Amino acid sequence: MLPIIVIVPIVQLIILAHAATMEMKHIKLYVVDKDLSATSKKLINKFRGSPFFVITEFGFSVSEAESAMLQNKTDAILHIPVNFEKKLYSENTSDIQLLIDAINGLKAGLTNAYAYAVISGFNREILQERGSVMSINVNLKSIRTHYSYWYNPQLNFKFYIVPGILVILVSMIGLFLTALNIVREKEIGTIEQINVTPIRKYQLLTGKLLPFWIIALFELGFGLILAKILFNIPVEGSLFLLFSFAGIFLLVVLGIGLFISTIANTQQQVMFMVFFFMLTFILMSGIFTPEESMPTWAQKLNLLNPFSYFMRVIRMVLLKGSGFKEVFNEFVSITIFGIVVLSLAIWRYRKIA
Amino acid sequence: MKNYLGFLKKEFYHIIRDFRTLLLLFGLPVIQILIFGYVIRNEILDVKIAVLDNSKDEVTREITSKILSSDFFILKENISNTKDIDKIFKDGKVKEVIIFESDFAEKLEKYGSADIQLLADASDPNSASLVINYTQGIIANYIKGINKQIKQPLQIVTNVRMMYNPELKSAFMFVPGTMAMILMLVSAMMTSISIVREKEFGTMEALLVSPLKPLQIILGKVTPYVLLSFVNAVTIIFLGYLVFGLPVRGSIILLLAVSILFITLALSLGILISTFSRSQQVAMFISVFALMLPTILLSGFIFPIENMPEILQWLSYIVPPKYFIIIIRNIMLKGADLTQIWTETSVILGMTILFIALSVIKFKTRLE
Repeated sequence: MLPIIVIVPIVQLIILAHAATMEMKHIKLYVVDKDLSATSKKLINKFRGSPFFVITEFGFSVSEAESAMLQNKTDAILHIPVNFEKKLYSENTSDIQLLIDAINGLKAGLTNAYAYAVISGFNREILQERGSVMSINVNLKSIRTHYSYWYNPQLNFKFYIVPGILVILVSMIGLFLTALNIVREKEIGTIEQINVTPIRKYQLLTGKLLPFWIIALFELGFGLILAKILFNIPVEGSLFLLFSFAGIFLLVVLGIGLFISTIANTQQQVMFMVFFFMLTFILMSGIFTPEESMPTWAQKLNLLNPFSYFMRVIRMVLLKGSGFKEVFNEFVSITIFGIVVLSLAIWRYRKIA
Repeated sequence: MKNYLGFLKKEFYHIIRDFRTLLLLFGLPVIQILIFGYVIRNEILDVKIAVLDNSKDEVTREITSKILSSDFFILKENISNTKDIDKIFKDGKVKEVIIFESDFAEKLEKYGSADIQLLADASDPNSASLVINYTQGIIANYIKGINKQIKQPLQIVTNVRMMYNPELKSAFMFVPGTMAMILMLVSAMMTSISIVREKEFGTMEALLVSPLKPLQIILGKVTPYVLLSFVNAVTIIFLGYLVFGLPVRGSIILLLAVSILFITLALSLGILISTFSRSQQVAMFISVFALMLPTILLSGFIFPIENMPEILQWLSYIVPPKYFIIIIRNIMLKGADLTQIWTETSVILGMTILFIALSVIKFKTRLE
């Protein structure tokens, strides 16, 4: 038991935080530069300087580049046609082509965004350079956009994913341990011995659940310390707030675990059910992708998904420093949840084997 | 042969009569495909924004309405003070705040340029960079419209083509991975557990002293799962096509043939696991940690391998589903033929032979 409590969080945080990353860096770029002019070289250098792109190959044929894409050797192709520079300065406009392997839609969208930033930045630069020389029309209007990323200026994906992993960690410990513990007693037959003792149902259940509640909260603290040491996760908000929310959230989790233990007879069934349950709810909770981009029916379903509340709250409190006022609604919802689920599970639990 | 058929029938009954297993077998793929296809999306849609308009003139109103008339953004709030920004971000109500500087229209008219500030809540970094990118695109479009009469100098026009998946549907990414995961789950995990169960209950010995040959026992155990896996594979391809319009651009026969090869690989892994685990728990534990987790994390199913640390990238080379996922993506979405996937196919073939050989060796020693 003890090794599980210590090792699981370490392994989860180290491996999951590194493996479960949707951070898109090192996008492989195949450059087809048919122009070979000073301007095209400068543009390519801009891509080389971007932290998001790695130029893996140069070529002169688009079809060769496409076949490289077919073999997954490249993620995107930048095609600069012949006379790119000449056209740009004589006709004032010139085309380049960007082909993106879009099988991974998320990655393709980000690739496009990053490429747009590089190219438009370059465009502005040559405008400034040449603008004064060519005494370009001063009547031209421009709107300058400045942007800044709040709470995570470096766009560090770990800051986003690690709180999510902590949610998985806490729920998994709570859910598995509760359900497995009771079902094991069922399997071995010792539950009957407890059932015939004069112990009351609420005493039995609090006795069973309280240790796991404490263990899971301890796990959250341990996980947070690890996250701070390993990834320097910001802790902007109040830890007391986070732990109180987690405490209520865990009532829901333990209730679900108890409920599963009443329908399962073997540990194998518990494993399967928990696997099924966790996978569905965690993926729906918005661990990787924002809830807003889910379809409406999924957002409605998420009102019934306790994990989505905790997922939201832990990120708000840790990353943004949201206070009690800001997470009040979530607090109310999770409390109602806790009461309903736990009483259902307790009602369903019979002191008969 | 008759003995074998009888045994086979018994195995089928075992599976069909356990409704929980059946639920897992057929419910899981359907739910997975639906979740991955519909829910796991990163597209920008109905993002809630706030506007801080210090100017409130015609131009800023026009830009705001341009931004809102796209399908991407919804105006949640108009704020009047920069102090409120932190608060509404903390509420989690909006993802972006757009700030227009004061006297916007006037500055644009007089000096030819004006400033807009975009603030994004980057606690979700990927969405934040997409949101900023989309907003900039809309603003750039607007200014292009204003400057229409004047010929714009030195414009680099980027034509973007999204290859193989122009609508950026997430199903294109996840359906092949789900297929690999389900086949792994059904073929390897279930087989190993069902063989070990006989061992645990002691019924394996009864089977071994029966007139059935060891090979027949194993085949009898494995055959139902081969059929189930195959049905699952076809269901997934069909669902992907029906619900998400996922094409099969290459040869469907090649696709099915490779699937059968992968099923064989998974089964041989399952048999191998069953040879060195004594209890169902051990078999399950090994299946989850040695098969399922690598399949989910290290196969490129959800997370692109190239962004992982080097060690994990190296580890991914020994994860069989990785090759299978590459193959099905290439056949289904890129229309690849055998010549383009023969490297991956031969890796799978080699692994299959290795695992079968290993389990034959292990199986014999156990019988002696």
